[in-house]
Amino acid sequence: MASITEASLREAITQRLGAIHVQVTDMSGGCGQAFTALIVSPQFQDLKALKRHRLVNTALKDEIAAIHAWTAKCQTPQEWEAEGGGSTPAGGADAVGPSMEGTVEGHVEGTRG
Amino acid sequence: MFARSVASSFLRQAARPAAARPLFSAFRAPVAPLTPFQIRLLSESTRSAIDKAIASAPVVLFMKGTPETPQCGFSRAVIQILGMQGVSPDKFAAFNVLEDPELREGIKEYSDWPTIPQLYVDKQFVGGCDILVSMHQNGDLQKLFEESKVLVEAEEGEKKE
Repeated sequence: MASITEASLREAITQRLGAIHVQVTDMSGGCGQAFTALIVSPQFQDLKALKRHRLVNTALKDEIAAIHAWTAKCQTPQEWEAEGGGSTPAGGADAVGPSMEGTVEGHVEGTRG
Repeated sequence: MFARSVASSFLRQAARPAAARPLFSAFRAPVAPLTPFQIRLLSESTRSAIDKAIASAPVVLFMKGTPETPQCGFSRAVIQILGMQGVSPDKFAAFNVLEDPELREGIKEYSDWPTIPQLYVDKQFVGGCDILVSMHQNGDLQKLFEESKVLVEAEEGEKKE
């Protein structure tokens, strides 16, 4: 598989999960091994968190297997809007971003695999 | 202060002899080369070792590193959550996947989940770090732990103060 980038992941998520909004952040510090994503898709409607993540894991099976760390926030369009997603605050950045849980200032630490 | 004392006693007690070692030490013995069929499927011995691991305590975490020294930020985040929730050390077991390559790969297939950490409660797969963080925040995790009766009693926690 070609090397995985923010752009390639964003495209895969948009196509395979019907996402209306995708934000992918490389948190590896540039080596392309660790990504965090915010995925907003109507396909998550009526699914609990575990099912949502399983849907994503299945859609991105090869990609997730090839990288070291993967974390995702899976929201329906309604949930995303309720948190202020889609609106652009004065700062310019999106109000809602991907999860940074388990990272140190947006970077992952630890061993490979 | 209460949460902190529970968290620290949780970490201390979780450091007691790791149940993982005897269970998975058999994997280090030389094994016959795998046939293509075996490579594709989780071996019976790995599956039954994981069955036993999951049944070894009401709350079982497969993680990178140990509760006192997690080797990955996601594993550390889950340990912190379990400490904040007040999971009783007596009801908890952790297995370090870095100690065993077969466990590390096997647990992904067993749970059909591509990442580590992975948490089981009463032999049911609950999720990884993302799910546990959101369940911690929305109260679902506390509900689950209360129903499973795996939390330290408040009185007991205060006595340790």
